[in-house]
Amino acid sequence: MSRDMSYSAVMGRRNEIMKEAVGIDYAKFESNGVIFDYEKMMRETGYSLQEMQKIQGETGVGNTPIYELRNLTLLARKLAPKGKGARIFIKDEAANPSGSFKARRAATSVYHAKKHGYKGVIAATSGNYGAAVASQAAMKGLNCIIVQECYDSKGKGQPEIVEKARKCEAYGAEVLQLSVGPELFYTFLKLLEETGYFNASLYTPFGIAGVETLGYELAMQFREREGRDPDVVVATNAGGGNVTGTARGLIKAGAEKVQVVGASVNLKGLHMASDEQFNKKSFTTGHTGFGIPFATWPDRSDVPRSAGRPLRYLDRYVTVNQGEVFYITETLAQLEGLERGPAGNTSLAAAFSIAQELDEDKIIVVQETEYTGAGKHINPQLSFAKENGIEIMTGNPEDEIPGQNIILPKHPSLIKAKDLDLNRIRKSYIKNCVENNKGIQLDDEDIKFLAEDTKSSVQFVYEVLKELGE
Amino acid sequence: MSIAKKGDWVRVYNIVLESEERAPQVPNDTKKVPLEMWDKGFLLNEEAKIGDEVEVETYIGRRIKGKLIEVNPFYDHDYGKCVPELLFIGKQLRSILEGGESDE
Repeated sequence: MSRDMSYSAVMGRRNEIMKEAVGIDYAKFESNGVIFDYEKMMRETGYSLQEMQKIQGETGVGNTPIYELRNLTLLARKLAPKGKGARIFIKDEAANPSGSFKARRAATSVYHAKKHGYKGVIAATSGNYGAAVASQAAMKGLNCIIVQECYDSKGKGQPEIVEKARKCEAYGAEVLQLSVGPELFYTFLKLLEETGYFNASLYTPFGIAGVETLGYELAMQFREREGRDPDVVVATNAGGGNVTGTARGLIKAGAEKVQVVGASVNLKGLHMASDEQFNKKSFTTGHTGFGIPFATWPDRSDVPRSAGRPLRYLDRYVTVNQGEVFYITETLAQLEGLERGPAGNTSLAAAFSIAQELDEDKIIVVQETEYTGAGKHINPQLSFAKENGIEIMTGNPEDEIPGQNIILPKHPSLIKAKDLDLNRIRKSYIKNCVENNKGIQLDDEDIKFLAEDTKSSVQFVYEVLKELGE
Repeated sequence: MSIAKKGDWVRVYNIVLESEERAPQVPNDTKKVPLEMWDKGFLLNEEAKIGDEVEVETYIGRRIKGKLIEVNPFYDHDYGKCVPELLFIGKQLRSILEGGESDE
């Protein structure tokens, strides 16, 4: 029997392939309206915090150290108004086995795959998650395939992604690389169908629940060392899982008062599926090109319902420019003796700016770092940018135009996190929800769900719907 | 080396979708070019040269076909070139912390 392997035929089998490859019947959590039972999904298909700590502990994941960045704090205080300049801390997630917090997400997914008898795992990712899945698969004796979007049509690869391919292969994984385009999903589906492997998606309850240990651990560490919870936690936001998992972990620790801030690199104007623009960016994740679309429509991911729902948890969402992140990466090395990968420092650039708004006795925490190495480092990334016609300048990063230049701040006082209007993003999510559920009459339960899913109020949702003419 | 023997570690190439087969939502510049793929494996053919259509077994044991493009493929990504634009940062930061520069 030969199956139709054309693009449209494979995409048409999407739901049945996914059901086999994730082992979750998402229909169980759906009802008639736009509403679905998020907490039930997390409860029934995820793992308890204690189980996850055990699962992760068995593979050396978690319990990463917290460092107080004393010199960076001092620098912030020099630049801030008198009495301002919160203490800045960082959680060194690069200490995880695969070099990033993604080990937490991968540990639960791969554990789950093994437990349910899958022979291997597949993940579609060009980032740290691939390395994390490959590392966990190596520990559990499962086969692993990582599917990457890596090259433009000239065969030129992003140095950071090429390094990730190397790392995955080092752990014994097969790395299938593709040129630019969303049809990566087609190749991904074909592989799932061919192999019967588990889809170690970033967006299943297992993956997201795996990050809860990070938020929980962070709260516990601060209670132990400072006798209290931090005031602000900053998390880099792309697909939404980092923010979601961390915030859920904080809540599980009872640290509900902590302000959760998302930070993304501003890549405004660059199209993520564009062949010509692919190598014009110096960040492959943690940027607005993922952050905004996934916040305003989380269910665009590779599973029917994404467990990463950042709007449920975000108190504030800021952007920083590429030049600011490169500057702060250099700062972390030069002032704190910590050389870490640039992408993980997106939230550090934001925290450095936000710390200057807060009183000196406040505590702000950056909840991750990532490993650095060949390709994945400011020098190769800026060299690559130059080769692709991007001008590297020193000046005011506010003038940076993504895809044209990278502006390193000529002075650290020019590092300024920019607030995104969360209400606008909430509105956009509600609008997408209505458009994707055409013909469905929203009832009170749906409205309540939308209020929860956007951390707003029933009144806010009503007002937005009225504006939309619903 | 232009001749690969059975069992050699090689890189293969394929076109997944020709430009006219690409998804409707793809931007125009991307639609102009095919969706390409690269993978690696141990050569299953007795002998092959660069450009031949071959079959390989990937590291985890999948069999795939493709055009042979490299024998004993290796990575050459590195730490880039000197970026002189970065050199001022450390000195500037130390000078601010030492109070050598007035705050702005």
